[in-house]
Amino acid sequence: MRAELPLHAPGTQLDRGYIGQSTPRANAQRLLQGRGAYVDDLRFPRLAHVAFLRSPYAHARIKKLDFAKAAKQKGVIAVFDGPTVAEYCTPWVAVLSHLKGIKSPPQHAIAVGRACWQGEAVAAVVAESRTQAEDAAQLIEAQWEELPVVTDMEAALRGDVVIHEDLKDNVCFSRSLDTGGVDDAFAKADVVVEETYHFGRHTGVCLEGRSILADYNAAEHSLTVYHSTQAPHMMQDIFARHLNIPEANVRVICKDVGGSFGIKVHVYPDEMATAAISVILRRPVKFAADRLESFLSDIHAREHRVKVRLAARKTGEILAFDLDDLTAIGPYSVYPRTSGIEGNQVVNLTGGPYKHQQYRAKMNVVFTNKNVTCQYRAVGHPIAVALTEAIVDRAAQELKMDPAEFRRKNLIPDDAYPYTFPSGLKFEKLSHHAALDLLLKKMEYPALRAEQSRLRKDGIYRGIGLAAMIEVTNPSPAFYGVGGARISAQDGATLRLEPSGMVTVMCSVTEQGQGTEGIFAQIAASAVGVTVDKVKVITGDTGITPYGGGTWASRGAGIGGEAVLLAGRALRANILDLAARILSLDKGELDILNNEVVNRLTLESKLPLSEVGRVGYFRPDTLPMDFQSELTVTRHYTPRQYGFTFTNGIQASYVELDPDTGMVKLLKHWCVEDAGTIINPLLVDEQIRGGVVQGIGAALFEECVYGPDGQLLNGNMADYLVPMAGEMPDIFCFHLETPTKQSQLGAKGVGEAGTAGAPGAVMNAINDALAPLGARVTAMPFTPERILSALKKV
Amino acid sequence: MERDLEITLTVNGSEVTRRVAARVHLVDFLREELGLTGSHVGCEHGVCGACTVRVDGDIVRGCLMLAVQANGRKVETIEGLTDSRELAALQKAFYERNALQCGFCTPGMLMAAQDLVRKGGKASREEIRAHISGNYCRCTGYQAIVDAIEKVMNER
Amino acid sequence: MKAPAFAYAKPRSLAEALELLERHGEGARILAGGQSLVPTLNMRLSSPELLVDINGLDELRGIALSGGTLRIGALTTHSQVERSAEVRKHLPLLAEAVPHIAHVAIRNRGTIGGSLSLADPAAEYPACALALSAVMTLKGKAGERKVKAEQFFKALFETELKPGEVLTAVEFPVRQAADRSHFQELTRRHGDYAIVGLAAHRNAEGLRLAYFGAGATPVLARQAAAKRTLEEAKAALEKDLEPPADLYHSAATKMHLAKVLLERAWNAISK
Repeated sequence: MRAELPLHAPGTQLDRGYIGQSTPRANAQRLLQGRGAYVDDLRFPRLAHVAFLRSPYAHARIKKLDFAKAAKQKGVIAVFDGPTVAEYCTPWVAVLSHLKGIKSPPQHAIAVGRACWQGEAVAAVVAESRTQAEDAAQLIEAQWEELPVVTDMEAALRGDVVIHEDLKDNVCFSRSLDTGGVDDAFAKADVVVEETYHFGRHTGVCLEGRSILADYNAAEHSLTVYHSTQAPHMMQDIFARHLNIPEANVRVICKDVGGSFGIKVHVYPDEMATAAISVILRRPVKFAADRLESFLSDIHAREHRVKVRLAARKTGEILAFDLDDLTAIGPYSVYPRTSGIEGNQVVNLTGGPYKHQQYRAKMNVVFTNKNVTCQYRAVGHPIAVALTEAIVDRAAQELKMDPAEFRRKNLIPDDAYPYTFPSGLKFEKLSHHAALDLLLKKMEYPALRAEQSRLRKDGIYRGIGLAAMIEVTNPSPAFYGVGGARISAQDGATLRLEPSGMVTVMCSVTEQGQGTEGIFAQIAASAVGVTVDKVKVITGDTGITPYGGGTWASRGAGIGGEAVLLAGRALRANILDLAARILSLDKGELDILNNEVVNRLTLESKLPLSEVGRVGYFRPDTLPMDFQSELTVTRHYTPRQYGFTFTNGIQASYVELDPDTGMVKLLKHWCVEDAGTIINPLLVDEQIRGGVVQGIGAALFEECVYGPDGQLLNGNMADYLVPMAGEMPDIFCFHLETPTKQSQLGAKGVGEAGTAGAPGAVMNAINDALAPLGARVTAMPFTPERILSALKKV
Repeated sequence: MERDLEITLTVNGSEVTRRVAARVHLVDFLREELGLTGSHVGCEHGVCGACTVRVDGDIVRGCLMLAVQANGRKVETIEGLTDSRELAALQKAFYERNALQCGFCTPGMLMAAQDLVRKGGKASREEIRAHISGNYCRCTGYQAIVDAIEKVMNER
Repeated sequence: MKAPAFAYAKPRSLAEALELLERHGEGARILAGGQSLVPTLNMRLSSPELLVDINGLDELRGIALSGGTLRIGALTTHSQVERSAEVRKHLPLLAEAVPHIAHVAIRNRGTIGGSLSLADPAAEYPACALALSAVMTLKGKAGERKVKAEQFFKALFETELKPGEVLTAVEFPVRQAADRSHFQELTRRHGDYAIVGLAAHRNAEGLRLAYFGAGATPVLARQAAAKRTLEEAKAALEKDLEPPADLYHSAATKMHLAKVLLERAWNAISK
């Protein structure tokens, strides 16, 4: 079902414009020519560079820091410790009131008194060049008193050693949920399956490291920050409050951002320190994290141990899920979104696509002396989907039922909406069955099963894995705002008709390559009636755009796009007001098409927009006395009806496993996704593909490996394995469109869908391949070691 | 035996003379000294490929070559190969196929792709994947890049 | 990660290079391709006083056939080896191995001399040198000497090269008609260092099984190579190899994978 977009006045002959077209992105051209402007590319007079001394220990008291030698080195401007920077930058505590009981100690920009993870910054060296800063940092004399280290999550939960004595235990956040009737469901079930899954901690590895250039102007008491971030307004608020600079005097600008994926939506102490240092030194200061420090200090994510039980009838009906999730974060909850959200999502989303009514969950988030963790693309979904889909496959296996058929018996029917899920989530309208049907058809499921059977006789082990999913997109203030976070769930767009007839769009959602600016141009062009080449989009500047939330939780198209649409329609109306006056015609007879004011019914051209602009801006003397044209319009949008706009999808992975080497070859991958109205299918497909490959990384390759003393053992690109082109499959993408009725555009979100479902699909495929060999794997990433171990070959 | 040396090299067709510390690697020299910020730094240990440039016609990791080693050599970067239009077909194919998102890997990816394209002939998708297997992209998942390169190679 | 400061010299003759190496002793490092050295400098894992750039020494270049030997100069890049018709014809094992070395951009700069001198236990060339009974030419101020591959690799990153010596060339006996070779390495991703690899070569003198990623140096599995059946060879392999665990694979897994490679090489070479 395709969205009915009322872009134009009823009864007109005009179509959806650019909505649904695979228009290439204008802003890709500069990136293709090496003319992008990432933070590290920017040049400023008197720019100083900062390098940090980072704790070599996972937990240690800082006894002494002697800067004498370092301060004398060539090019060094200053050396700072935690207490000094704390005079300029106040600490923060990452808790939110809607996460009941969440606790975390205060965190400073530079550690004060104690380092709590290996890699935590304990001093900053500022110099004329990064190289000089690094030379000097090596000469800082530090004395440490090592403290006991907590790395194991079960030990952290037990609290043998408590990291923050004031907090009494290592529990950051706990949550329980019980619909009631769970024990009864398990008692009366014909089949109970139980399994424990481990998910390896991993990280985003954005190719552009975190970067920030802060420029404090003492004469104005103003701070301009060029920041590789996803949420410039959020950062504006945080810089203002923690550095004590009036909010309107803080401007955060995002030029080109080299990948983000959630890694760059958080507050990093070293970045806050950089801004504080600019204030102290009254000159521009830049920090660009190099790759080694990125591994040590970019947020990690997804370290979970989850026990799950599923109760089912022998007819295949799922009766209940019972979940116990333990997740290890770093020593601090990360600001301002908290590190409790990922676990919270696992509780919310487990079992998501299915129609069981009974559900019980228990979840603990514990502090450890490893790097901090927080929201990373698809937050919690990869875990919830993988564990759900794996235990569902186990149940299907137990019942000797085909996994697709088992799902068919349990997916929420397509006509059951609106629907409230056992964890309390409300679904507006999903299309699980249509998605399953489409997937099975496109992947030629029966033929694949036949091929799998045939090849098994030749000793070739192929596996097919499915993963059905729901996904949180377009969140309302229910995500963060209700908890007290100054994170905006609304966004705004200003559209301005230029005198020449072009349209400038300024929108508060940001771009990191997903194509935000491209789709805004398409929406604006469609809404106003201009061709897309006449639209210029500006994002990522708190001094220019309306106030808004930026990019996270797959909200750009649905929320920012809606604001652009509303503003575009309003601008169209205002242009027609003016055109009507110029032409002395009734506004109702007019419309705009291809940069011209036209007769609404005959489409005969009446006036080019450039003429409208000329008169409106330069010759208002020719207009009626009581008329003032308004050729700049701003509109905002907040999703209100549903706390989260859920999408649904289903993925499949086809693999070949070598039982001798334990290596997995990815043959093919499919994704059927329903994200409502699709504005640009090309960009949506590519978002899905990129997300799938990130999920594959988690399933097969990526893990931050820590030693027992809290040392990160593989923090470089040679040892930490990211997916590269040679091992990735082609990914086939298909779409359904169930628009949301909360907006005129009807767009839901899609940026994270690939990552949410891929690990589960790959896990199920591997286990499907291993099934005839009597083996099963449950700990990601599925390395040859783990597979050979499951096969009892080692 | 010095720590700073004077070097003369050709960069994108122009002769350039500079004094540079021995320890500065080529991509930092290009970016900081010459303002050619199109080549990017992603890891500084030769794995990610973001710094890929051409020296005497061969693609190299700009982070693994010292600037002083480029003395007397011919260096070409994304800026030069754009201006000369050598990359035009690939850039067009990448643009149309959306074979880039954040753009950070793109200059290095184009240099690697062009190295394959200019060998002539056709290549299978496996061969294309193998050739770009040293260039990390986090955004695209690689398929669109493979499609774009395949198109350029097949349409000649 | 910016490298620490060091001095740099580019000698114009081998004699000049050897002079510099003697004068600076441990404080000097040789810079050839730099593909292994420069990352360690960027990561501040090493801090030499002086880099001696030997890329100006043309006498260290070239691939030349002479009688039954193919002589490859130490400064020959991996790409040059990859493109060489003579290597393809006379040393098929080497030709098979080269595309596994990292990626094109690395192969354009990395050199065979650098790879052999570094002797990374997971690298391809040292194992190939062992499998093919290569002979290294070492030059120092005192003169030139030849060292067989079997004596060249001594311990982890340690070779027979004495301070002040430079590896100038490596010589391989060329293939005879009846020779068989098989190269395989197991990696998670294209171009990675091997988890375990096997360069196998059979000639008139017998079978040589050179493992890499299975010890502190490349290892010849002599006992396995002497067996007549595959099953016996696999059993014997447990006496030949004591592979250390790495970050992701236990010692038992490495041993298991070594046996898998043995089986594949054995079957391929037996055809």
